[in-house]
Amino acid sequence: MKENFLFHNYCYVSVCFFLSDRQVERDVTTSYKSSTPTIEKLRKKEMGEENKVTLYGMWASPFVRRVEIALKIKGIPYEYVEEDLRNKSQFLLQYNPVHKKVPVLVHNGNPIAESLIILEYINETWKNGPKILPEDPFERAKVRFWADFLQQQFLDSLRSATKSSGEAHEKAMKDVFEKLTVFEEGTEGFFPNGTPHFEGENLGFLDIVLCSLFGSHKVGEEALAMKIIDPERHPLIHSWVTAMNELPVVKETLPPHDKMVSFIQSLRGNSLD
Amino acid sequence: MEEVKLIGTWPSPFSSRVIWALKLKGIPYEYIEEDLSNKSPMLLQYNPLHKKIPVLVHGGKPIYESAVILQYIEDVWPQNPLLPNDPHERAVARFWVQFAENKVPCIWRLFRTTGGEEQEKVNKESMEMLRALEEHGLRDKKFFGGDKIGIAEIAYGQVAHWLEMIEDLVGVKLIEAHTFPYLHAWTKNFNQVPLIKENLPDYGEMLMYFKRARDNFLTSRGPGM
Repeated sequence: MKENFLFHNYCYVSVCFFLSDRQVERDVTTSYKSSTPTIEKLRKKEMGEENKVTLYGMWASPFVRRVEIALKIKGIPYEYVEEDLRNKSQFLLQYNPVHKKVPVLVHNGNPIAESLIILEYINETWKNGPKILPEDPFERAKVRFWADFLQQQFLDSLRSATKSSGEAHEKAMKDVFEKLTVFEEGTEGFFPNGTPHFEGENLGFLDIVLCSLFGSHKVGEEALAMKIIDPERHPLIHSWVTAMNELPVVKETLPPHDKMVSFIQSLRGNSLD
Repeated sequence: MEEVKLIGTWPSPFSSRVIWALKLKGIPYEYIEEDLSNKSPMLLQYNPLHKKIPVLVHGGKPIYESAVILQYIEDVWPQNPLLPNDPHERAVARFWVQFAENKVPCIWRLFRTTGGEEQEKVNKESMEMLRALEEHGLRDKKFFGGDKIGIAEIAYGQVAHWLEMIEDLVGVKLIEAHTFPYLHAWTKNFNQVPLIKENLPDYGEMLMYFKRARDNFLTSRGPGM
C-alpha cells in the first residue's frame, strides 16, 4: 500500500511544516481583537524585569527545540510559554506579526523571531558560557552556510516531496537524499578525526540545527516503520546525530517519544481524511 | 591585507550585493566575471559542490551564498558597519535579510510567468511580500535601519532595481507610489545613494539580457504551459 506521501520521511520536520503552513492560511481569515493596552502592559512588565527571557514555543517544533538547547547550554533562565498553534495568542501575533510563528524569544520586552536569528542573538548577547558560533570569521561562514543549506535548500526539497505524489514525489525524494549527500560530503572536514565527538555540552550552531532536524528520527521510524537516517547511506550524519543524542541537554529537550509518535499518527490520520 | 577576489556575473543581484558591501567598506578586490554557460576551472575549484556565484575568495579561502558573504565581510572588516550595534536591532536587520532570502524569489518566479492563473498567484504572493516590507520592515523610515543604508538595503537591492525590469518584461506594476508609498520612496532613495548608483548594472543592458533569458526560457518550456 502506498503510504501517504506527506509522512514518508523526516516526518518530525514535515509535521511542523504542515502545521505551520496551515496556521498561516488560517490566520488570514481569523481576525483577532487587538488588545494594545494588555500587550503594552506586558511589554512594560517584561522590560522592567531586567534580563527577563520568555520563549514562545510549541512542544513538537524542532525550531523551538533549537532555541531551548541554546538557552540551556548557555545556562540562561527563561520562562516557556506553550502556544496552541490552532489558536494563537495575541502575544505571539503581536511579537511576530510577519510570520505569526514560533519560536519567538522575548528579552527585556524585545521580540526576536526566526530560530537561526535567535541563536545568533543568544550568542551575541550572553557572552558567558560556551560560544555557539565560532570566533573565526571563516569558520563562522562555514557553519552559517551549512545551517542555511539545511534550513533552506534541504527543507525546500522536503517540502516539495511532501506536496507531491507519484513520479514527481519519487523525483523529489531523490533530491532530498541527494541534498543529504551534499551535506555529508561538505561537512566531512569538520571532523578531522572522523567521528563526531562532543566534550561536555559544547554544541555549536550547526550541531544544534542538525540535532533539531534529525535527532528524533527514531520517532519517525517508529511512526512510519521506515528507515529515515540510514547509517550506510549517510554515515556521518548518522554518527553525528547519534553522538548528540547521548548528551543530557539534548535528551532533556527531546519531546516525549510516545507523545510524538501519536501526534504524528494523528496528523497523518487527519490528512488522510 | 590578504587578497580579496570576487567571482560574479554583472546581471546578478546577488553578485551586486557583494560589490556594494565591499565598496561601502572601502575594501579593494579583484573582480572576475564568470560565464555561467561555460564555468571556469576557478569557479569549479572554489565552489565544487554548488558551482554558483557569487564566491568571495579571501586569502585563498572561498565563501559562498551572498547572505553568508555579507555577514563574513561584516565580521572581518568592521568599518562602516552594515549591521547596527544593538543586539536586538541586529536581530531585526537579520530578520529582514532572512525574509528577503525566503520571499523575494517570488519576483523571479513572476519573471517566468506569462499570464493566467499562475501569474495571478505569483503576483499575489509578490504583493504580500511587498506589503510586509512596507508595513513591518520599512514603516515610515527612510531606510530599514534608519538614516543610512545597511545590510537590509543590500539584501533588497533586487526590489529597488531588478524588479522594475521584471515589471517591464512581464507587463505588471507592483510598486506604485499610491499603493506602497514608503517602499516607492525607498527604491528612489536607494538608487540615489552615490556608491550604489555607481554600481548598478546599466538598466538598458540589463533589460536586453533578461529579455533574452526570458525568451529562451519560455521557448524551451514549450506552448500551453
